[in-house]
Amino acid sequence: MPSLPTIQPEDEARADGASHEGVFDAPHVETHAKDLFDYALRLGDDSLILGQRLGEWCGRAPALETELSLANLGLDLIGQATLFLALAGEVEGRGRDADRLAFHRDVLQFRNCLLVEQPNGDFARTIARQFLFSTAQLALFEGLTRSTDPRLAEIAAKAAKEVAYHADIAADWVVRLGDGTEESRRRMLAGLDWCWRFVDELFQVDAVETRLVSTGVAVDRASLRPSFDARVAAVLEEAALPAPVYPRAVVGGRVGHHSEHLGHLLAVMQFLPRTYPDAVW
Amino acid sequence: MYTPELGKPGAAAPVSRRGEARAFVAAVAARVAADEFIEPKDWMPEAYRRTLIRQISQHAHSEIVGMLPEGNWISRAPSLRRKAVLLAKVQDEGGHGLYLYCAAETLGASRDEMTEALLAGKAKYSTIFNYPTLTWADIGAIGWLVDGAAIMNQVPLQRTSYGPYARAMVRVCKEESFHQRQGFEIMMAMANGTPEQKEMAQDALNRWWWPSLMMFGPPDADSPNSAQGFRWRIKRDSNDDLRQKFVDITTPQAEFLGLTVPDADLRWDADRGHYDFGAIDWEEFYAVVRGEGPVAKERMEARREAWEDGAWVREAADAYEAKRQARAAA
Ligand SMILES: [Fe+2]
Ligand SMILES: [Fe+2]
Repeated sequence: MPSLPTIQPEDEARADGASHEGVFDAPHVETHAKDLFDYALRLGDDSLILGQRLGEWCGRAPALETELSLANLGLDLIGQATLFLALAGEVEGRGRDADRLAFHRDVLQFRNCLLVEQPNGDFARTIARQFLFSTAQLALFEGLTRSTDPRLAEIAAKAAKEVAYHADIAADWVVRLGDGTEESRRRMLAGLDWCWRFVDELFQVDAVETRLVSTGVAVDRASLRPSFDARVAAVLEEAALPAPVYPRAVVGGRVGHHSEHLGHLLAVMQFLPRTYPDAVW
Repeated sequence: MYTPELGKPGAAAPVSRRGEARAFVAAVAARVAADEFIEPKDWMPEAYRRTLIRQISQHAHSEIVGMLPEGNWISRAPSLRRKAVLLAKVQDEGGHGLYLYCAAETLGASRDEMTEALLAGKAKYSTIFNYPTLTWADIGAIGWLVDGAAIMNQVPLQRTSYGPYARAMVRVCKEESFHQRQGFEIMMAMANGTPEQKEMAQDALNRWWWPSLMMFGPPDADSPNSAQGFRWRIKRDSNDDLRQKFVDITTPQAEFLGLTVPDADLRWDADRGHYDFGAIDWEEFYAVVRGEGPVAKERMEARREAWEDGAWVREAADAYEAKRQARAAA
């Protein structure tokens, strides 16, 4: 036994009078709530920003059927965003609801990956973005259905069904455009080329997610990479397109370091609630 | 919605043999009386077919062009719920366009032909969509007034004589009443909101009221083409009757919202049991029909750009399909 200061009777008296408030693992719980808040924001912002982008296609799609299908995807994503952001607000406990989080945060507070905020470009670039994102999101949501957090598991279970469809539709288009005409192949390659640098971020695991993975709340994104790579390789092969060559990754979305595009997207999306902060719509 | 306004005198092909024409009118009446329809495989006079193609394709184009003024606000919808509702609404309108193009295709018109006629300025669409959406309240006003007017036009068309058109209308009408309610709900939130919101709501009503009345088409006295439409049961109510019904239903709704209808002559006529209302500026209406609406150029440019920018995608889809079939056959 090392020598320790003896606990004196006056210490004991003080201890008797000390508060019973608080919990012994308080610091851990606080970290967990912050992590979970951050995680729900990441999930919600991914869906929100991509949903916003898809909404921009309205009236511009190549055919009526594609118009309807892009709107469908957008609707699903806005629905997912609403659920994840509501959960984030609840976990945060500061009275922010999904709308408050969607419309009253600036670039540095957004937690979406860089891929989803990329401008639509032509139809091929939109499809490249959708294919890569939905393929990764599907694997993530399938894993999340087994989350130890029942709220996340429930949202993921509902969303996984939607995203399975998104991933399929996008893959079909990659094949159709890749193996369509010379022009569509060239455009599909250019669209993918725009997106490759943002793929690594989809599988990035930082301290926040490492802690959440250890308690079974989050899915280890890194573990999803091999099946993602296999799926991408299979679709590109069917599309008669060359295998991806990944350049140096661009990351930062999860800590609020975005591309230049996000600020413009937010300026448009948030303009009404920001201009009329007292209004209820 | 939206078709009666554009019926032009003399645009229907003359029926060559009077006996045949009379027999067809009788056949139509018999089918309608038996709760049946004229179907694509049935014999029909060329004039009936052509009139229907014009009416249905105008209706389809109106749904598609009508996506643009509302699409203008999807990116700026003020809450997640409003964004989702608007996106779904605009998607519904695209779906209406699709059903209607399919109905017109059963008469032998191809979708590409119809689209090209629209882009060439040969085919018309509802005049209402040539006005701009300036504030969020316009989205409420369109749902409330424009979808409201559409319902009045379309409900009777569920019993129109041509089967595919009537069936398309059944599906369309279900959705239009949602749209109307959602629009009214937006107007309620705005009219009961901040002073700025209330101002937007009133301004939207000021700008959309008269164009909404014009949606029902020229006065009956100037619609000589209607008689044939009635005989063929592809038109069920007169333009003026529908317009009156619209004013009668909408005026109390505006009062409920605490908004003022921009018509100094609007007053209840107890003897008639209807509202009297002021004179419509038909010169403005015909200018818009001619293609001179305030944002007619923007609307056509948007449709043309979408069509031209999408050409390579449609070609790729066709090319891929051809390759796939060739591979399957091999
Ligand atoms: Fe419609
Ligand atoms: Fe509608």
